[in-house]
Amino acid sequence: MASQGIGARLRRKEDDRFLNGRGQYIADLRFPRMRDVAFVRSPVAHARLTGIKIPDQVRAQVFIASDLTGVTAIRAVSPLPGFQISEQPPLATGKLRHVGELIAMCLADTRAEAEDIAAQVTVEYEELPAVVDMLKAQEPGAALVHDHFKRNVFLETGFDGPIEAAARNAPVKVTRELRTARQVMSPIECRGFIALWDSRLEQLILHGATQFPHVVRTGLSQVLQLPELQIRVISSDVGGGFGYKAIVAGEEICLSWLAMRCGYPVRWLEDRREQLTANANCREHHYAITAYADENGKLLAFDARAAVDSGAYSAYPFTSAIEPSQVSAILPGPYEIPAYRCKTAAVVTNKCPQLPYRGVARPNVCYAMELMIDAIARQIGKEPHEVRLANLVRADQMPFNNITDKHFDSGDYPQLLRTAVEEIGLAKVRARQMRGESDGRLIGLGMSVFSEQTAHGTTADGKRRALYEQVFARITPDGRLDVRAGIQSIGQGLETTLAQIASECIGIDTGKIQVKLGDTELSPYSSGAWGSRGIVWAGGATARACKELASRVAAIGAAMLQTDVKSVQVRDGGVFGPHGSVTLADIARAFYLAPSDLPGDIDPHGLEVTGGYAPSRLTGVHTGSAHATVVAVDTETGGVEILDYVVVEDAGVLINPMIVDGQIHGGTAQGIGAALFEEMPFDAQGQPLASTLADYLLPGSAEMPDVRVFHMETPSPYTEFGQKGVGEGGAIGPGAAVANAVNDALQSLGVEICEIPITPRRILTAIAKAKRAA
Amino acid sequence: MKPVAFDYERAASLSDAASLLARTGGFVKLLAGGQSLGPMLNLRLAQPDLLIDITSIPELTAIIDGGDHLEIGACVTHSDIEDGRVPDHFGGLLRQVAGRIAYRPVRNRGTVGGSLAHADPAADWISALSLIGADAVLWSQRGVRTVAVENLVVSSFTTALAADELIRGVRIPKLSPAARWGFFKFSQKAGEFAHTIGGVLHDPARGVFRAVLGAIETAPIVLADARPLFGGSAFDSGIANRIDREAIARLLDGKNVTDDYIRSLAPVALKRAAIQASAS
Ligand SMILES: Cc1cc2nc3c(=O)[nH]c(=O)nc-3n(C[C@H](O)[C@H](O)[C@H](O)COP(=O)(O)OP(=O)(O)OC[C@H]3O[C@@H](n4cnc5c(N)ncnc54)[C@H](O)[C@@H]3O)c2cc1C
Repeated sequence: MASQGIGARLRRKEDDRFLNGRGQYIADLRFPRMRDVAFVRSPVAHARLTGIKIPDQVRAQVFIASDLTGVTAIRAVSPLPGFQISEQPPLATGKLRHVGELIAMCLADTRAEAEDIAAQVTVEYEELPAVVDMLKAQEPGAALVHDHFKRNVFLETGFDGPIEAAARNAPVKVTRELRTARQVMSPIECRGFIALWDSRLEQLILHGATQFPHVVRTGLSQVLQLPELQIRVISSDVGGGFGYKAIVAGEEICLSWLAMRCGYPVRWLEDRREQLTANANCREHHYAITAYADENGKLLAFDARAAVDSGAYSAYPFTSAIEPSQVSAILPGPYEIPAYRCKTAAVVTNKCPQLPYRGVARPNVCYAMELMIDAIARQIGKEPHEVRLANLVRADQMPFNNITDKHFDSGDYPQLLRTAVEEIGLAKVRARQMRGESDGRLIGLGMSVFSEQTAHGTTADGKRRALYEQVFARITPDGRLDVRAGIQSIGQGLETTLAQIASECIGIDTGKIQVKLGDTELSPYSSGAWGSRGIVWAGGATARACKELASRVAAIGAAMLQTDVKSVQVRDGGVFGPHGSVTLADIARAFYLAPSDLPGDIDPHGLEVTGGYAPSRLTGVHTGSAHATVVAVDTETGGVEILDYVVVEDAGVLINPMIVDGQIHGGTAQGIGAALFEEMPFDAQGQPLASTLADYLLPGSAEMPDVRVFHMETPSPYTEFGQKGVGEGGAIGPGAAVANAVNDALQSLGVEICEIPITPRRILTAIAKAKRAA
Repeated sequence: MKPVAFDYERAASLSDAASLLARTGGFVKLLAGGQSLGPMLNLRLAQPDLLIDITSIPELTAIIDGGDHLEIGACVTHSDIEDGRVPDHFGGLLRQVAGRIAYRPVRNRGTVGGSLAHADPAADWISALSLIGADAVLWSQRGVRTVAVENLVVSSFTTALAADELIRGVRIPKLSPAARWGFFKFSQKAGEFAHTIGGVLHDPARGVFRAVLGAIETAPIVLADARPLFGGSAFDSGIANRIDREAIARLLDGKNVTDDYIRSLAPVALKRAAIQASAS
C-alpha cells in the first residue's frame, strides 16, 4: 500500500459527493410538513421601538418578543476586566440598534407567503441619532447605543509598554492613519436552520450550517433554558464558514423556540440580502500609529492606537473582546520590537455585530504593521525587504517570546521572506519599473510577512486553558474504521486529513475509513472549527485514539498469531508477526463475532476508543508566511491588475500538501477581496448600502492571479506530528502585500493610500489630491 | 427575498401581448430574459399582478435583413450576438459589446430589448446602439413607430415607451467595410456594470463620425457629429491626442454629472475608444 498517511497528496474523499451533487446543505433537506419562516427586521439603525402592529388575520402566524416565553437574551461575556455586557434579545424589545435587527418572526407554508405576512406587520418607532463612525462614537456627547453603558465602548484593552525613552532619540519617525473597511464574510451557502421537536425523545433537533455544533447546543441550552440532553445539533455539509458559522444568533433561537411549540419542522434560510445587510459584518478597524526606527530601519519603538467597530452587540460565543485583544497582542507580528504600546477600543455602533472572520484581526494588524514597514523603507530609501530583515525574529532565536509574550515555537521568518523576494524576482521587477510600460501603467511590488498563531488552546490573552479535543474511533466487525469527531469541516478537507492520520497510525487504507463530523449525538464534544485548530487538535486526538486502537489490535493480532505482542507490527491493513499475518477484518471478526477463538485475557474495552488531546504547549503554534506580489496600476482608470502572486508558507509538517495549497489559494482570494474589492459602506443614518452582490464586490475567478505557493516545513516541537494550523493564513497577507504594491507603483506620483479596499475611485481620488498638492 | 404572488402568462403573439397588457385592474409587467426584472421581483422593488412573458412571440426573435440595416427582434439575447447567431454586419462591434456584458448565464437569457427598456444608465446596449445609430422599433395596437435609441432612453431607468407599447426590435445600420470603431468599457471586475463607457465610430463611406459617453448615471451623451470632442477636427489616426477635455466637461455639466470619479473617467474612456478606432 502506497503511503496514504502524513504527507500524501491524497485526493479529497469528500469531493466525490460534492462534485457529483450529493452534498447536503440545509436547503437540500426535506421534511414532511415543514414550514418556512421570514423575519421582520429593523428598517433603521437606531430607534426606540414604540409599537408593532399585526393585522388580526395573521396574528397567530407572527411572533414577537413578548410571545417568546422562556427565552433569555444573548449574552456574550468576556471575562476581561472592564468589559461592558450587551443584552441582545432574540427579537427586539425597547430599542432597535441596527438595520436588520430581528423584530418579528412570521410563519407560513412557504417563504414567499411568510414574506407576505411580514409585509403586513407595521413597526412603529422614534428614530434616534445613529452612531455610525467608530471614532466619533467615542467622543463625549455621542448618542449611546446601550443606555446603560457610560460610553460606546465594549472594552478598552492594550499593551502599555513605556516607549518614551526608546522613542526620544529615534532618528526616524513615521506616523500614519490606516483604515480597513467593514466587510461581509460571504460563504456561498448563507446561514440556515431547520428546527424540529422529536416528541419521543423529547428532544429539539436543529439542523444547521455551523462550524461548531456542540457550541451551538451549549448556547441554545442557555438561552432556551433546556438541558443539553434535550438538544441535538446536526450540521451536514457546510457551504463555507469563515467564522460566519461560528456564532449563535437570534434566528436559530427563535426557530428552536417555535419548533418546540408548533409540532412541525420549521425552516429559515438566510438570503443574500439578510447576510449582506443584517448579519455578516466583520473587519472594520482604524489605526493611528507612530513607528520609531534607526537609519537602517531597525525598529526602536512602536506606538499604536486602534479602534475596532464592534457593532451593536457582542456576538456569541467569541464576544466583542476577541478582536481588540487580538489587535494589541499580535500587532508586533514576527518582528523584534524593543518598546511597544498599543491601546485598543472595541467601539459600539449602530451596525450589526462584528463577527470573527477568517484570520480574526490578523489581516488587519498585518495590514497596519506591513504598511508601516513600507513607509519606513520609503522614508529611509531602502528596499522594503531589507527593513523587514532588520527586524524579523531569526531562526536561531527560536523558541522566541516576543514583547507581548507570544511564544513562537519554530520557524525561519527571514528565510520565508528571502524565498518570496527571490521567487517574485525583485531585481527583474525593479528593472522593469525603470524601463516603464508601453501601455503607461505603473508597476509596483509589495510584500507582507506575518506570523499566524494557530491552534491555541487558551483564551486569546494566552492566560487560561480553553479546551480539550476528543475523537472517537472504532473498528467495525468487518474491519473498517469509523472515526467521529465533534469538529466540523467547512471546506478544510477534514474527512481526508483525519483519515490520513488514522491511516498513518493503524496502517489501514483510507478507502476503508469513514470520518463522520458535525452531529452532537454521534461525536465527542468539540469547540469546533475556528482558529486554524482542526489539524492540530482533531488531528492530534485522532492520532491518540488510533494509536490506542493500534495497540489493542496488536494485542489481539499477536494472540491470533500466537506470538508475543512485542514481535508484531500493525501496518498495511493487518498485524504482521515473524511467521505470518492477520488482517484487520480477521481481528475484528474474531473480537466481535468469534471471541471464543481468542484467549481469555483480551482487553474488554475492545476496538473502540475515545482519544483526547492537547498540544504540549497551549499557547498555539506559529505558522509563518510571506506574500509577495506585482501589480500594474492604470493611473487613468484606477484599475489594478495583479500580475504575479507568490506565497511562501511554513505550516510545519504538512499532512496533505494539496489540501494546504487549496486552503492558501482560497484564503488568498479572500485577502485579495479585502485588498481591492470588498466594502460594506453605510450612510450617515447607518443604512448599509450594498444589498446585493452587484454592490458588494467579491473577487471572481477572472480577478484571481495564478497564486504560486512554496513551502517550508519546520516542525512544531509541540504537536503530534509537527503540524501547524494553516486554515486562515492565506487571508492574512494579501491586504498588506497588494496595498504595498499599489503604493510602490504610485510612489513616483507622491501617492500613498492608507485604506483598503483600494478601489479605482480611491486611486483616482488620491492621484487627484496629490496633483492638487503639487 | 421572494417575489409577491403574481399571475404569469406567456404571450403567443403581439396581439396576444397587447390584450394582456390592456388587462385592467393591476400592475402588468413584460418579462423577457428576467435578468433585470428577476432581481427587482425578488427584492420586491417590483410587485406586479401579472407578468407577460414575451420570449415566444415570433416577431421578437426574428432577424430580418433590411438591405442597409439589420432588424433584430427585441428578445434576441446577448449571447445570440456574442456567438454570431446574429449576422455580423458591424465589424465585430456588437459582438465585442455583447461578450462583455455580465456573465455567460446572464447573457444566455438577457435580451437586447429588455436591456433598452430597463434603461440602466450603466448598461452597455443603450450606449453601444446609440453609438451605431440604431432605431428602436416600438409596437402597440395603435401602430408601429421608430425612435432612435439615443432618444428612447430619457434618463436613468426611464424611457419614452408608452404604457401600451413594447419594443419589437432594433434596426441597426450596417457598417461599411471601411468603418472603424472603438468601444471602451471600464469596470473593476469582469461581469460588472460599467464605471464608464466611451465609444467612437467612423464610417467614411456613410459620412458617419459619432461618439458616445456612457455610464454617467443618466442617459448617455451621444454626438451624431463627434468633431467637437476632438477640437473640431475630422477623424484621423491622431484623434486620440486631440481630445478636448473642456468640451467633455461642458457636456457633463449639461447632464448635471457632478461625481468627480465619473467626470475623470469620461475623457479616459473616450480616448481609449479613439485609440482603438484609429489603431486599425
Ligand atoms: C449579475 C448581472 C450582471 C449584469 N451586468 C450587466 C452589464 O455588465 N451590462 C449590461 O448592459 N447589463 C448587465 N446586466 C443586465 C442584463 O444585461 C439584462 O439582461 C438586461 O438588462 C435586461 O434584459 P432582460 O431580457 O433580462 O429583461 P427583463 O429583466 O426581462 O426585463 C427588464 C425590463 O424591461 C422590460 N422589458 C423587457 N423586454 C421588453 C420589451 N421588448 N419591450 C418593452 N419592455 C420590455 C421589462 O418589463 C422590465 O421592466 C446584468 C445583469 C445581471 C443579473
